[in-house]
Amino acid sequence: MMNADLRRERAAASFQPELLTHILDGGAERTRRRKEIEALVINDPDFQHEDLNFLSRSQRYEQAIRKSSLMVMKLREYGIADPEEIYWFKSFVHRGRPEPLDLHLGMFLPTLLTQATPEQQDRFFMPAWNLEIIGTYAQTEMGHGTHLRGLETTATYDPATQEFILNSPTVTSIKWWPGGLGKTSNHAIVLAQLYTQGQCKGLHAFIVPIRQLGTHEPLPGITVGDIGPKFGYDEMDNGYLKMDNFRIPRENMLMKYAQVEPDGTYVKPVSDKLTYGTMVFIRSLIVGDSARSLSRACTIAIRYSAVRHQSELKPGAPEPQILDYQTQQYKLFPLLATAYAFHFVGAYIKDTYHRISGDIHDGDLSELPELHALTAGLKAFTSWTANAGIEECRMACGGHGYSRCSGIPDIYVTFTPSCTYEGENTVMMLQTARFLVKSYNQVSSGQRVTGMVSYLNDLSRQRIQPQHVAGRTETVRINDPVSLVEAYKARAARLVEAAAKNLQAELNHRKSKEDAWNKTSVDLVRASEAHCHYVIVKLFTAKLSEISNAAVCAVLTELCLLYALYGISKNAGDFLQAGILTDTQITQVNQRVKELLAVIRPNAVALVDSFDFHDVHLGSVLGRYDGNVYENMFEWAKKSPLNKTEVHESFHKHLKPMQSKL
Amino acid sequence: MVLPDTTEDTQGSGLASVNPDLASERLTASFCVPRLTAVLDGGAERTRLRRAVVDVIESDPVFSRENQYFQSQNERYEAAVRKAVHVRKKMQEMGWSEDGPESVYIYRALSGDVAFLLHRVFMRSISVLGSDKQVAKWIPPATEYQLIGSYAQTELGHGTYLQGLETTAVFDISTQEFILNTPTISAMKWWPGDMGRSATHTVVFAQLYIHGKCYGVHPFIVQIRSRQDHSLCPGVIAGDIGPKMNFEHIDNGYLMLKNVRIPRENMLNKFCEVQPDGTYIRRGSQKINYFTMTSVRISLISDEVILPLMKACTIAIRYSVVRRQSKLKPGEEEAKILDYQTQQEKLLPQLAAAYAFHFINNYLHELFNRGYREIQGRNFDSLPELHAFSSGFKAMVTQYCTSGLEICLRACGGHGYSLLSGLPSLYTKILASCIYEGENTILLLQTARFLIKCFTAASAGQPVPPSVTYLAAMKPGKCPAKDKLDFLSPDIYTEAYQHAAIRLISSTAAKLQDLIQSGVERHEAWNQCTVQLVQAAKAHCHYITVKNFVETVEKLENTAGIQNIMKHLCDLFALHGIFSNAGIFLHDGYITGAQMDMVTASYLDLLGIIRKDAVPLVDAFDFTDKNLNSALGSYDGQVYQRLYDWARKAPTNKQISPAYEKYLKPLLHNKLSKL
Repeated sequence: MMNADLRRERAAASFQPELLTHILDGGAERTRRRKEIEALVINDPDFQHEDLNFLSRSQRYEQAIRKSSLMVMKLREYGIADPEEIYWFKSFVHRGRPEPLDLHLGMFLPTLLTQATPEQQDRFFMPAWNLEIIGTYAQTEMGHGTHLRGLETTATYDPATQEFILNSPTVTSIKWWPGGLGKTSNHAIVLAQLYTQGQCKGLHAFIVPIRQLGTHEPLPGITVGDIGPKFGYDEMDNGYLKMDNFRIPRENMLMKYAQVEPDGTYVKPVSDKLTYGTMVFIRSLIVGDSARSLSRACTIAIRYSAVRHQSELKPGAPEPQILDYQTQQYKLFPLLATAYAFHFVGAYIKDTYHRISGDIHDGDLSELPELHALTAGLKAFTSWTANAGIEECRMACGGHGYSRCSGIPDIYVTFTPSCTYEGENTVMMLQTARFLVKSYNQVSSGQRVTGMVSYLNDLSRQRIQPQHVAGRTETVRINDPVSLVEAYKARAARLVEAAAKNLQAELNHRKSKEDAWNKTSVDLVRASEAHCHYVIVKLFTAKLSEISNAAVCAVLTELCLLYALYGISKNAGDFLQAGILTDTQITQVNQRVKELLAVIRPNAVALVDSFDFHDVHLGSVLGRYDGNVYENMFEWAKKSPLNKTEVHESFHKHLKPMQSKL
Repeated sequence: MVLPDTTEDTQGSGLASVNPDLASERLTASFCVPRLTAVLDGGAERTRLRRAVVDVIESDPVFSRENQYFQSQNERYEAAVRKAVHVRKKMQEMGWSEDGPESVYIYRALSGDVAFLLHRVFMRSISVLGSDKQVAKWIPPATEYQLIGSYAQTELGHGTYLQGLETTAVFDISTQEFILNTPTISAMKWWPGDMGRSATHTVVFAQLYIHGKCYGVHPFIVQIRSRQDHSLCPGVIAGDIGPKMNFEHIDNGYLMLKNVRIPRENMLNKFCEVQPDGTYIRRGSQKINYFTMTSVRISLISDEVILPLMKACTIAIRYSVVRRQSKLKPGEEEAKILDYQTQQEKLLPQLAAAYAFHFINNYLHELFNRGYREIQGRNFDSLPELHAFSSGFKAMVTQYCTSGLEICLRACGGHGYSLLSGLPSLYTKILASCIYEGENTILLLQTARFLIKCFTAASAGQPVPPSVTYLAAMKPGKCPAKDKLDFLSPDIYTEAYQHAAIRLISSTAAKLQDLIQSGVERHEAWNQCTVQLVQAAKAHCHYITVKNFVETVEKLENTAGIQNIMKHLCDLFALHGIFSNAGIFLHDGYITGAQMDMVTASYLDLLGIIRKDAVPLVDAFDFTDKNLNSALGSYDGQVYQRLYDWARKAPTNKQISPAYEKYLKPLLHNKLSKL
């Protein structure tokens, strides 16, 4: 039986949620196939288990390992080989959580394919494919993260034995964090500073066996273990690895590009720009992940807000659904709009990557720098926003959001590390800024730039003067997404210009380029954020013209407007200071945002239904499709570990003795 | 000064000295750290007392929190019960009393990781709401832990809105009993601490019915477990509500009541009574109930909100001078991450906020104590103001500190994500404070209601409470700043905050008035303005915080560099707020675009100035290593060694992995290749 409130909400929707689902999936056929794969997993008794919230970390790891090994077998059994389909299968099996074989499947195997010689592939690939070898990718060290050149692990070549001697010379050089390293893997691809013939040749990758095949005991010279409990990632054995004079044969250095010959001669690689491609790909996945994680949180919070009744709006009337409060709508609907915006951005980057990866293959790398700069910033922008948004959704669920049964705590702790991994967000923003400043300088010196930064060309011609834009302000039409894109463009241009000028001013005052950069970095991050924000509004707006169904197009247009106007309202200072909008227009924007909340309200539940998360995948009692929240919270709580016995043992151990003593 | 910890966990691992990167930070402090600690404690004598208490608690192994990150919910709960029992013993030993000056420091030294906190609320509610007879009956056995109490108000389907509670207490004249029921699933009591496993009794809030007539929500003492064998009483279903984001040590519980009968005397009846014949009598003022809520909200701000932010700042800032990453200049060694402007911009405003809120907390306590004296003299005039202030500041401070703490967490990169950094558990605990004791949005709307009322009164020339007289002082004017140094003048920025607060309150009041005059019903008009009302209430609290910080700095001793560094922090707090909320200040042109650039310039300059004192400023908080319980934040800065030593103690490294034999081994032994 569906909860009556939710049933009413669904009946009142102005559009068919399935149509929107198809758009999100990239076509009706993709939706069908996704659901088919979903059913394969969800109906498979092998993938059932107790609620993970009630298990210890050790038990959760055990469940994950069990499911991962089954998953690998079944993927092959079903012949699922398309990367996206594998991704779906994996997310359903692990319900959006990480798993111990992630690094083996996602890094170890692909690195073998791209960086190993044919001889090395013969030796390692099939055993790894068959999971006799389970590998991880050990890059990050305890004292070194984003700045790769700072890594301290050494691999010193010994021509006498034709071996590399691996060492972790300091505490800070201990490999730290790699997933699957602690307990699961028996091999690791280790990134280390290569020394040969007395010279350091920089970072290279080595295949290092770490545990004995057969007994799984660490090899002599290897200290390996789990780094202990974390905020989330309970299923994952993130590990540490310390190597003391550990020797591996020369042939274990990945030598498709750089090589060390038997006598120790070092042969340089041809180009290293190719690694850009992988980074772009992984960061585009994070953008998609931001969208999905935020969508899950929105689904839970919005459904629950339609079920939960509280206080009174009108004296004497029954308690209203909390979704009817303006403050609740103001918390949730802009996030809902953001989730949609990020979906379209994620899809755009993925498509662009696939489009140009053919060029990359043919050696045409011309589009890579911009895409690389853009994905760095978008990775940071979307993961920061989603991170904060998930928390906002949890808060919007009040006390029950704090319970593990809401599912939102899990979404948050699983998602939040993406602000750090694959490039710390602030560092990412500064990478984008470097590209923006470079483009700005090109324009200043008379060259034209292309792509998403082409608005900088206009800047040099028009010279936006904050005080003299009275004519411009009337051109912004707050109900027209296309006009709002222009407003965001003007804001980005202004902030890029301001940052570039401040940087120049610092350079004029100081000697060092690095100091000037550092002294301008807060401005530079703001410029990158404005640029990313513009790109997102632009892509969302562009998407609208592709929607054929009128009802769906109408509701997406409302969301797009809300996304753009809310962003203006929240960053009003930028728009006012640059003279892009007047204070009267800002007041209108604020008013329009509130009107849009009321417009979107009747479709809110249908809009989260369109994300089409299966209850099993959602993992939330508050966000259940049927809305039967309270009964199921009670059923869930009864399974809590503290309820295993009627009288807890601490009564006999502590309470009773105290009562008799006092 | 805190001495480096030399407990077992660090022995034998070569942690002898302070990391030179941290030691060097302490050599250049512009002010005297112990003097600032004394200022924060409220005098050197208080510092001495605090340290003595902390020392007693921390030297007792029962109170150790070293293993807490490795423990299951069951283990955490058991440890908390054990500590609660042990604290009693310790206090008797030391001759400390429950209401003595030591008690607050005991709680802090335990970092709240102890059971039976709701037992105190149980006792306090009986003291406040019970008759003398009831106090005499219940308080002595409760003091002796002959019974353990809880406080059951929130229901599964009902939180902040008390009138919506569904639990019923029907008076049965024939037996002189109340019959208690939770008639629906959403009526089940849900969340009360100590109720899932520990409590024998609880104060239940229920709708009182006499002769079929409902008299509203009243408190009743209900026994739920046997005092002998702890089994549940007939008609009672109770248990633990399951895992949460934090508070694993507390058995938050659920409670269902089916025709549970309690004697008439168990209704707390200082203010209301049901007589044997069913006559309902109300006596005295119930306003005092508000006073209890007010006092709870004010009392939680310090221990549950500001201290965690101070801890997080200590951890993140110490770690940021130990952690080196990338190079600022070619050829130099990698830079301390605190030398990056972006890192300063994350952490230093949080540090300034921790100080700002410490001082606003003092201000609230003064306000509260004055109000308390008046109430004892039967003068309830200050209650609305107190209520509005405690609501607004509870909401503002919890929200600000929660997001500040998360910024600290994320500023520590990957290692911040490890539980051993201490940051995740600080975060998951502080964020609950945004919801308990009144959900923040609702609290801000209560403050807004008060402000709108005062604004209307002030506009009509009527008297208003002293803290809001500024509402009558709306001056059109513009910000007079001419260059960036002008923004280091407290008058300039305080005026700007005042102007913004008045503008937001007055424009919202006008909007509300317009809507009502255009025929929108009053409640609907209110709902349509709530987003603005929340913003107005925040602006008011922000203004008062800045103003109070300025006034506090003026009163500080002008020796030992204290006043000077506090002035910098005050400036930073104020300018950060303008920088981050530029739209509010630019909106009506009070601050111009050119002036906003000056604000930004001054703000960024301050980061560089305060950077030099960042470590001394967190040292002044004077947390012991045991209290921080963080591998990243310890006084000696031996971050990496401590992280490594601690991780090796994780149970995952001690136990044989059950997964290996069962799953990994078959996997590795080539069972797959048959496919």
